[in-house]
Amino acid sequence: MTDLGAMYIGAGLAAIGVGLAALGVGNVFGSFLEGALRNPGAADGQQGRLFIGFAASELLGLIAFVVAILILFVVK
Amino acid sequence: MAGEIDPMEQFKVEPVFGNMVVGGYDLSFTNSALFMFLVLGALWVFMIGGMKRELIPGRWQVAVESVVGFIDDMMRVNIGPEGKQFAPYMFSLFMFILLANLIGVLPFAIVPGLHTFAVTSHITVTAVLAVFSFGIVLAVGFWRHGLHFFSLFVPHGAPAWLMPIIIPVEFVSFMVRPFSLGLRLFVAMTAGHILLEVFGSFVVQGLNAGGALGPIVSLLSFVMIIGVSALELLVCAIQAYVFALLTSLYLNDAVHLH
Repeated sequence: MTDLGAMYIGAGLAAIGVGLAALGVGNVFGSFLEGALRNPGAADGQQGRLFIGFAASELLGLIAFVVAILILFVVK
Repeated sequence: MAGEIDPMEQFKVEPVFGNMVVGGYDLSFTNSALFMFLVLGALWVFMIGGMKRELIPGRWQVAVESVVGFIDDMMRVNIGPEGKQFAPYMFSLFMFILLANLIGVLPFAIVPGLHTFAVTSHITVTAVLAVFSFGIVLAVGFWRHGLHFFSLFVPHGAPAWLMPIIIPVEFVSFMVRPFSLGLRLFVAMTAGHILLEVFGSFVVQGLNAGGALGPIVSLLSFVMIIGVSALELLVCAIQAYVFALLTSLYLNDAVHLH
């Protein structure tokens, strides 16, 4: 295997993390909707917490993306 | 293999009115600076147009009032009555990021030779914004509580034997805040722009390839661009909101110390 090929494989492996973060983000919004449909009155007050959870789980996916980009463009 | 269209080219910072080097430093007026001025101008027009203080507000004034009220609400809910003093900073931050994101996805490139530039897709810009927020948190914390501010790293009710572990962990999680704040905005915008550019290059290359399959690929990619653009508009707003929201949470920590 050449170095370039190994680099592309590594970047692809790093990109798996983005998909896993998608699971996390979906879980955050899914759980929020589940709770919100049971008690719609309380839903509006929890929107701040919804977006905090979203931001925290999204960040990890973005870091996986950064790792993929670093492998592709920075590592020589 | 890499195609003819480089998806990274759109992020290139280049001088608009020629190079200007003063004493060994490059002080050229770049497209990044130009788009920051555009954002400033857009925000200025938006505010001036809506600050006529009419008794019966028109549509424009309602728009300005609802944005101001939105930020005011966020401060009141997350920080409490003391939050009002941070509303001007938070409003500037939120509107700058929102307008920079939205101007960044405008399709200026329809006109040949022009292309839009997303100010927030550069970590130098977002990191400076994050350092501003972090600096204000530090200043407010030390101003209000003095050295007592360090009790932020000691959670209430934790057993004493856990302290050697908890204090370093809390310290690291505190110090990593500006990085995560700046990185999130930068990566979200960069990723969206790369995605749009990649699908755009699929459209061009599909048309160039010809044959029966080429136009189909182009059409599918074009439909995808429309969908991704809609998603990008959502991401622009969410990222601006998340940046302001997290900053207000960190300010709440500094004001109230847990």
